[in-house]
Amino acid sequence: MNAQFFEALLDPGLLPPAGLTTWNSSDPAARFAVYRNNVIVSLIDALADTYPVTQALVGEEFFRAMARLFVRQEPPRSRVLAFYGESFPAFIETFPPAASVPYLADIARLEMLRVQAYHAADAIELPADVIAQSIARIDELPELRIKFQPSVGILCSPYAVVSLWAAHQGITDISTVDPDVPENALILRPQLDIEVIRLTNGASSFIALLLQGKSLGAAHEAASLAADFDLTDILGLLIQTQAISSMKIH
Amino acid sequence: MPTPLPLVPQLRGASAPTLKIQLPSRAGLGLKPEHFQEILSTLPDLGFFEIHAENYMVDGGPFHYYLTRIREHYPLSIHGVGLSIGGEAPLDLAHINRLDKLLDRYAPASFSEHLAWSSHGHVFANDLLPISYDQPTLQRVCEHIDQVQTHLKRQMLLENPATYVEFATSTMAETDFISEVIRRTGCGLLLDVNNIYVSCINHHRDPYAYLRALPHAAVGEIHLAGFAEDIDAAGDPLLIDSHGSPVAQAVWQLYQYALDCVGSVATLIERDNNIPPFDVLLAEIQQAEHLLRTSDSAVPIAQETAA
Repeated sequence: MNAQFFEALLDPGLLPPAGLTTWNSSDPAARFAVYRNNVIVSLIDALADTYPVTQALVGEEFFRAMARLFVRQEPPRSRVLAFYGESFPAFIETFPPAASVPYLADIARLEMLRVQAYHAADAIELPADVIAQSIARIDELPELRIKFQPSVGILCSPYAVVSLWAAHQGITDISTVDPDVPENALILRPQLDIEVIRLTNGASSFIALLLQGKSLGAAHEAASLAADFDLTDILGLLIQTQAISSMKIH
Repeated sequence: MPTPLPLVPQLRGASAPTLKIQLPSRAGLGLKPEHFQEILSTLPDLGFFEIHAENYMVDGGPFHYYLTRIREHYPLSIHGVGLSIGGEAPLDLAHINRLDKLLDRYAPASFSEHLAWSSHGHVFANDLLPISYDQPTLQRVCEHIDQVQTHLKRQMLLENPATYVEFATSTMAETDFISEVIRRTGCGLLLDVNNIYVSCINHHRDPYAYLRALPHAAVGEIHLAGFAEDIDAAGDPLLIDSHGSPVAQAVWQLYQYALDCVGSVATLIERDNNIPPFDVLLAEIQQAEHLLRTSDSAVPIAQETAA
């Protein structure tokens, strides 16, 4: 029974399951449609909650039509819906009607990283003197492994994702944003509020390498290939935003 | 100022390994992130807050930050929406473990779930789907509730559903099914008065008779909410349990009757959609509190019990 009911629930092309009854012998399809609608609408609403700027960029009607197709193709696999739609950015990227807004998928990626940062495990603050001591041992510095708070994520985009996102928060004027300028974002939640910070190419590749478990020395060497890389600047930013959870030699 | 409920466990009979803790006989409210800060800054005078368990199954962040602080001031009810107790498949053990962890962390006065199913295979539908009221389903639902109560070491409350269709395979009335589940498992009843009204209109039954047919002594909490109105293929009314509008007058009336039957029981105002300013919800809380206080002094209507 469950299987037939469930298949029909998610596929509007199927007839309602056999064996449904109504007191007035009316067609059960109209009543079954309430379940279909509850499922689809609640999941579209969940996506709209996670992706407000994505929705604003294409309008509610387009967004909900696109979300509806995604929900049918990839219904939730978890009873916890906080991160439902993690694959929505990839869906958007290959959704032909959205091709005219090429940065849409990356804006969605930024929004999902914000949701992940919002619900991530809380930061365990690394005392400033521990950081100072680690950095003071110059000879050991290249061997340092830096670990980040659970909320830390980065996004490298060929589009101006940070500026576009900021414009939709009323932080900058959208008319001044050139969407085709590549931007990188650092997303993290030091306390209760999420921060979205624009990074240089060098800084973002540096953090990406550290996130992969590379040593400070190796990350520094690779990131230094970027003309805009400045180790002092990026370490200052990471300390100031409490992004680092541990610094160890191993 | 509400005071936290002392957590005094009362052990049940030998069969159920359950911890029975009760919510205060007052009106409470579904906790919404929109209201976190206002609640902490004003500490409104209400009986308890209720959360949806699944929303708090995340590692950290503002949800836990605010819930921890709100919990210091109010009793808590944890209400699951994703366990799929009525499903054909075995219960999701990982999910029961997540519930266990959440209940340990927040020590709620009540844990409740639904007489419904919501998943199949690996897919979760995020809706409360109806079940057939027959013997195999009864057996399965009882086994699932036993498993939950044993694992969580506490009594759970089971909520009566809002439904839009019925099954040709059903062999017993919903009220008989629920009564039998409660008798066999020792679980309590979360009496959703809005669901009673919605289902009874949808299936052309008398909501007052439905209410009389349930075991009143098992009621541990009442839910009140708003519904949306539609029509079915024959043009007859079809009510939808939307939680998106104020409690309807007909539901307030039925609630008054429920209080006459079961006495004064913790009552939740549920609002999950079109969430209004906090004051609007407080007005509904006050209406429920007024009816609760009035019923407090009344003697519940005696219930005939089957031999």
